[in-house]
Amino acid sequence: MATEAAMIESPQRKPISLLARLKNIAVYVPFLGPFLFLVVTYFFLPVVLTTALSFTSMDSKMEWNFVGLENFRRLFSDPIIPGIARNTAIYVILTCVFNVGFGFFLALLTTYFVERENIGLIFRSIWLLPRMTPSVIYIIMWQWFVSPTELGFVNQILRAFGQPPQAWLARRPMPILILVNGFIGASFGMIIFSAAIKSIPVDLIRAARVDGASDLAIVRRIIVPMLKWPIMFLTIWQILSLLASYEYILLLTDGGPFYKSEVWSLNAYHRAFSSLQFGYGASIALVLVVVGVIATFIMLKLFGFQRLMEPAKAGA
Amino acid sequence: MSDSRTSTTSPAKFIARVPLWERIRVRVGKILAYTLLIVVSAPIVVMYVWLFMQSISTRVLLGFIPQKLSLNNWRFLWSEVTIGVRTYTNIWPVVLNTFLFAIGVTFLVVLVSALSGFALSRFQFRGRIQLTQMTILLHAFPGVTLLIAIYYILFVLWKVPVIGPIIGLNSIWGVVFVKSALEIPMAAWIVKGFFDEIPWDIEWAAYVDGCSRLQAWRRVILPVIRPGIASVAIFAFLAGWSEFLYLFTFIFEQRNFTLSLYVKQLIGDFKFVDYGLLSAAALFYMIPPLLFFLFTQKSLLRVSFGGVKG
Repeated sequence: MATEAAMIESPQRKPISLLARLKNIAVYVPFLGPFLFLVVTYFFLPVVLTTALSFTSMDSKMEWNFVGLENFRRLFSDPIIPGIARNTAIYVILTCVFNVGFGFFLALLTTYFVERENIGLIFRSIWLLPRMTPSVIYIIMWQWFVSPTELGFVNQILRAFGQPPQAWLARRPMPILILVNGFIGASFGMIIFSAAIKSIPVDLIRAARVDGASDLAIVRRIIVPMLKWPIMFLTIWQILSLLASYEYILLLTDGGPFYKSEVWSLNAYHRAFSSLQFGYGASIALVLVVVGVIATFIMLKLFGFQRLMEPAKAGA
Repeated sequence: MSDSRTSTTSPAKFIARVPLWERIRVRVGKILAYTLLIVVSAPIVVMYVWLFMQSISTRVLLGFIPQKLSLNNWRFLWSEVTIGVRTYTNIWPVVLNTFLFAIGVTFLVVLVSALSGFALSRFQFRGRIQLTQMTILLHAFPGVTLLIAIYYILFVLWKVPVIGPIIGLNSIWGVVFVKSALEIPMAAWIVKGFFDEIPWDIEWAAYVDGCSRLQAWRRVILPVIRPGIASVAIFAFLAGWSEFLYLFTFIFEQRNFTLSLYVKQLIGDFKFVDYGLLSAAALFYMIPPLLFFLFTQKSLLRVSFGGVKG
């Protein structure tokens, strides 16, 4: 019957004229035009350009000098690269663990263990503050905190115990950087996990308590399984965004001292903008993109598989 | 919150008395939780208290005990500042630059996301799904990769006669376009969500009355989601105000600096660090985000939690 109706209607369909087609598209132009223009110019075009640039030796003269795989050959024979790769791995993995773990810890403490809503809110606000602070200011506070001079907070505490001041940033840049980024990143996890914990039906927990479950058991058996999906999501998200992050490192140590805290993305930035070797910098950045794509595939495979095995729990 | 152990719905045989060690254990657990929270949150509190205290005194003990109150740290507001061998110019043009940048970003983000959010919400066109997928994918792209190519693009734009110096390298407005372009996909996604909520009837009535798409959008639908647009605007402004990296990369003349670059310059060498001046300038720079934080912290945190309240 449907085909009959179509056949009856079809004689009325005329081919759409070019003018009518243009008029159709014209509706879209004011709405999508600016969006497309901006996204193409500042997103798609740069992707293409960076890929092309990585095969050139463009420097401050801004000339397109195609040199094939020369940049990559130079990259992989550079003696500081293994150190940078190691720094990046340490930074990404440890900060991710900190963000997810500490975020969970904070969420748990402020929503489960602390029962007064107001107090939980106060602590969550405190932890949101670094995220809302401009990066320069946040770094100034940390610079004071770990300052090598006597005025630094940690050194002042040490002085109270009669110890000499230490140059923390020079001696242990990585752990400090992990904390600096961690304090910001943990707040993200805290928000997500808090929401998830709060959406667990209270009756479940009360029932468990009535049955005599300790807090630890409740956390292990009820809360953690309910948070499996946010934990997975956050881990993948954090690893990808940490691979690409370098703003705080740039501000606090600038990769120093002597590349001790230089990570891959920062190295690409330095090569391109400090040494003005745009082609070389682009090739370093391109490697990062490839690593990111591979990492995404691996993680999706890993976590996607698990998700197939465990159907979503009620309320999760 | 009533304790389930004393619930009256439990069987009469069930003894509703909590053993002593149970109560002690709960009390100790609570104290432990509070202590842990205070200890880990302390560094943050110390830092912000220091920022304030240091800005109004010449010397601060242990981070929060000011020793000599002074407004000298705030002298950058009314005079030139010399630290070591460098002199920093009057701060007010810098404030203007920062404000213009933030407003520029806000305007562009709000306008384009309101327009494209509407299209994403209402129009069915080929490649719609692919487009949204692509833009989400690109959002996860390493920023430094884009930066290098954007530098080249801005360099090329710089050479363009007449408008080059405005939209190219070393210009506030050039970076406005960059920052906005990178923020818009996410903003458009959010605005799309707002538009999705609006029932078709209002829009249909507008079309029946003879409005074109644009007119309907402007006069009928946009006013309805005004609060949503307002929040997008506020976030865009704060993002623009706090922006550092793109400005640092693309702007090199001091007269085009924004507050983030100005403050960064003040950090300088460790030998010459004047913490008083630095913290005062930092605090000054932080006023808008701080105001926003203070006024909205409650609703900010509430909004993020859907779900059953504990």
